[in-house]
Parts: sequence; C-alpha cells; structure tokens
Amino acid sequence: MGIPTLISTSTASGASSVAITSGIDSTYDEYMFVITDQNPVSFAYIFGFQVSIDGGSNYNVACTSTFFMARQKEDGSGAALSYDTDGDQAQGTGYQPLAPNVHNDADAGCAGILHLFNPASTTYVKHFYSRFLSYQNDNPGTHDGGPQDCFGAGYFNTTSAVDAIQFQMNDGNFDGVIQMYGIA
Amino acid sequence: MAMDLITTNTSSGAASSSFTSSIDSTYKLYIFKFYDVNPATDAASFTFQVNATDDPGGDYDVSLITSTYFDIYHSEADGTPALEYRTAHDLAQAASFQPLTISLGNGADESAAGELHLFNPSSTTYVKHFYGATHYYQGADTAYSAYVGGYINDTTAIDDIQFKMASGNFDGTIKMYGVG
Repeated sequence: MGIPTLISTSTASGASSVAITSGIDSTYDEYMFVITDQNPVSFAYIFGFQVSIDGGSNYNVACTSTFFMARQKEDGSGAALSYDTDGDQAQGTGYQPLAPNVHNDADAGCAGILHLFNPASTTYVKHFYSRFLSYQNDNPGTHDGGPQDCFGAGYFNTTSAVDAIQFQMNDGNFDGVIQMYGIA
Repeated sequence: MAMDLITTNTSSGAASSSFTSSIDSTYKLYIFKFYDVNPATDAASFTFQVNATDDPGGDYDVSLITSTYFDIYHSEADGTPALEYRTAHDLAQAASFQPLTISLGNGADESAAGELHLFNPSSTTYVKHFYGATHYYQGADTAYSAYVGGYINDTTAIDDIQFKMASGNFDGTIKMYGVG
C-alpha cells in the first residue's frame, strides 16, 4: 500500500455538492483531497468546503482561517499578492473558500489540494491548509482572465472528531473529480 | 508522489525529538510531517536544526542557516488579519534553531500541524534547501500559518535533524518520509 493511499474518488457532474461521509477516521494522520477538472456552472462564484462532526447531517463547524492569493491577468495587468478578507472566517460556520471567483468557461475552473490534519482527534482543533489555482475572471462574457494562486489555512474549532466533508460552490452546480488520500 | 515512511517519533513531554539515522543518499527529498504538537510553555516557538556528518552527535549548533519567514494570521475575534514578513524569525548565517512557528498556544486543544521538506541532505556539492509550512493555534486564539524557506549553508552531508520548542517541552508526533 503506497503513501499517500487513495481511499475514494468522487466524480461530480452538474452536482450541487459532493459529500464524503465514509473513510474519514483515525486510520490516517492526514487526509489529502486532490481536486481536478473542476468547472462551475455559474459564473465567478466561490468553490469551498465544510466539515461535519455528525456523519454528514450538518456541515457547520466553527472555523477560523486565513486566505491570501497571488493573481495576474493574461494581458499582464492586475498582478498582486494580497490578503483576501472575503476568503477568511472568524469562528464562522460557513463554507471555507478554496478558490474564489472561479470562471465557468469550458476550459476554465480550478484545481488544487486540501490537507486536513488528524480529523479523528478528540483532543485538538482540526488544522487544514489548501492551495488552489483557479482561472479567474471579473468580466462576465469576456475571456480575459488569468490565474489566481490561492492559499487558505486555519482550523475547525472543535475537539469532536470530524467524520465527513462536503465541497460545493456558493451558488450553482459544478463538475469535478475529488480524490481522497490518506497519509499515515 | 509516492512516499516511504521511514521513522515515527512520538513525544510526550519531551525536550526534543531527533532523527539520527536513515538520513542519507537513499532519498533525494525528506519530508517531516508533524501532528498534534502541543507545548508545555505557552507562546513558545517550534524549531529545528541539523547536524552535518563532520559533527556527528553534535549539539545542533554549528550549521549555518539563511532563511526567510512570513506568516498570515486571523483571530477568532475577527481582528484585522495580516500577511507579514518576520525579520525576527528568519536567520542570516546563524547556527541557531530555525523557527517553524512564532508563539504556539499550550491550551488543551491548541496545537500545530505541518511539514518540513529537506532536499538532498546527502549532497556534498550543494547547500541544503528546505521549506516548511506550519499551521497552528496561536496563544491568543488566532489561526496562524507560517511559511519558512532557506538553505543550510554547508556542502557537507546532513545526517541528523532535531525538533524542539524554543522553551520548554512538548507533545507531538513527527514522521519522516523519503521521496525519490
């Protein structure tokens, strides 16, 4: 059995959300979610995730997080490195952004990796970090976007075991492949 | 990227956690993953240093490191978040321990998790590059992520590494993986 170990693959096709409700337990110290071929139906919304401590009945665990990103457009304009207050939370129970402003062109979307540490702990908060690249676009109907390199991190402020995770856009459906790996 | 688990060190109230074998030419990249790092002393820094093969069994106080350190933070009270370079936590040709965090909280549910990548430590030609990312619960109820990168300015092979708090003991699990 290799490391990382592939546990499950979820494929979304026009789905409103993807929930992974099994396989997250004390078997592994770290879970790694690799998201590829992600493409939203709606224009320029946020791709994010939340976790559950009740097997997927609720996804609303308090989260404190940070978010920063580097971005540039294909025409060479708009290069910046900045903190993004739209991507963080302060004890918020909403979905934690992985990639904001994701373009829905046929060849756009986002890809990245989310790491979740020791979700089965009943002692400590649950740390996570993510890095996602997205094709961003601020101008509906145009194709003048560029990359956003998004860095999210923080913790779910619970000492209960996390046993499920859900991914979704903050509006609209999406396609995508989500592979969950375990690292022990 | 396939990894091989080489060693697991589990610390409980330990002053340090050292890896003194199996760092050699077998792998081009060594990854140290740490979980549930909880210090006895509040607001202490989690750190590391190395020994080169010309200082066997040394005190982790010779290898010169030059590094960068920046972090990003946001409090549970929604105070002003920031992304900042930390000149107090980088090193410039210093043989001291390299911080991986600034002020890790010691509350019962507070901890750090992250990883350190050490490239080709057995090289006798090049300096030894490293980078790390640590995510932790800072003592003032704040989410911090610290990003450190740099090199150990030594062309002698590195074969030991030690992790410890800048002050006091700690609990935690550190796993060493080999890649490539």
